[in-house]
Amino acid sequence: MERIPILTMGKLLLVTIQVDMHDRLALTLQDDLTSRIVKDGANGVLIDISSLDVVDSFIGRMIGNTAAMASVLDAQTVVVGMQPSVAITLVELGLTLSGVRTALNVEKGMALLTGGGAR
Amino acid sequence: MEMVGGTRLAQIFTDNQTDLLAEWITQQHAVASRRGLVGEAELRNQFSQFISLLLAALAASDNVDFKKSNWQEVRAFLADMSGQRARQGFSPVETAMFVFSLKQPLVVRLRQHLVTEPAVLADLTWTVSSLFDELGLYTTEVFQASREQVIVRQQQELLELSTPVVQLWDGILALPLIGTLDSARTQVVMENLLQKIVETGAAISIIDITGVPTVDTLVAQHLLKTVAAARLMGADCIISGIRPQIAQTIVHLGVNLSNVTTKATLAAAFVVALQRTGKSVLVAGAQDNASRSGAAGMHDSSLPE
Repeated sequence: MERIPILTMGKLLLVTIQVDMHDRLALTLQDDLTSRIVKDGANGVLIDISSLDVVDSFIGRMIGNTAAMASVLDAQTVVVGMQPSVAITLVELGLTLSGVRTALNVEKGMALLTGGGAR
Repeated sequence: MEMVGGTRLAQIFTDNQTDLLAEWITQQHAVASRRGLVGEAELRNQFSQFISLLLAALAASDNVDFKKSNWQEVRAFLADMSGQRARQGFSPVETAMFVFSLKQPLVVRLRQHLVTEPAVLADLTWTVSSLFDELGLYTTEVFQASREQVIVRQQQELLELSTPVVQLWDGILALPLIGTLDSARTQVVMENLLQKIVETGAAISIIDITGVPTVDTLVAQHLLKTVAAARLMGADCIISGIRPQIAQTIVHLGVNLSNVTTKATLAAAFVVALQRTGKSVLVAGAQDNASRSGAAGMHDSSLPE
């Protein structure tokens, strides 16, 4: 079955979504990510959605939920690289992901996580 | 009533073409040159071109029908002339008079030539009259269409002009908004801002609403949408340029701006933006006073809150 790979970098987990997100894939990712956070004892998660061109309300909510779940497991989550069109769509759908931290690209997101971890 | 006698008309008018032209120009020149919009040479050129096209079309068929294909060139010429006049700022009446003013000289010629044939005179006068009505109406229609095009183009230009995104500093963008914020404009503003955030990698953007005359719930909602979209891209937003009346309106309307940093002036917002990106402005040669001037700047920025 198709899966989105989760990379480990020390205490951080890196998820790069590079395929078209469909509902089942999103649910699998949620399962995988939560179990990996627990297994690796990760304290930070970086989700890179720069290749995501299209979102619907379900995927938008999944992104928000995944970040919230990671927070519950005490891992900070940063969503990075959102396309302008995706941002506009999410806002129009009323999904402002208010509990999620965001950054423009992976580099800035990483700085946020490592800097935030030190604080 | 049928419109016939095209060839006969063509024959009569071809003989008098120069006279016609001169008479017509005298009439028209009074209108056009008074406004200073068209030179006499250009006018003469337009007229002689129109008359030759008209005569060619008349001569082609005895049955005068403006909708037929042999009138194609006349239509094209009128459309061109009318569009040009619309852009030059002629009024609709002046544009239609281009065509209608030829009517009188033509009817005068007809009367001189057909003094012995009253029946033919009546028929031909009718033909000329209805033909020129059609020509005139067509001209006016094209004129209107051109004017509407001008208006649409101006609207688009205004939309583009009114939403500039400027870079104030490395990583700091400013978006000075001028005029009311409706849904269409919010969309353009949002797209421009987000695009610029991607291009410059900006971390902070300042939305300045000094030029927004009124803020109602809808405008506030649009502003918050823009802020939310920028935040999703990883850029913080500061709203600045909030005038006292607008602050009062916002509170009276119950709009919640507590999640957004707001400042009274663009300068105050810029100071905050510099601080957040870890930069500060020092007065040259006064480095010992750096902490003091920094404190003064802070003081200024905190005053309007």
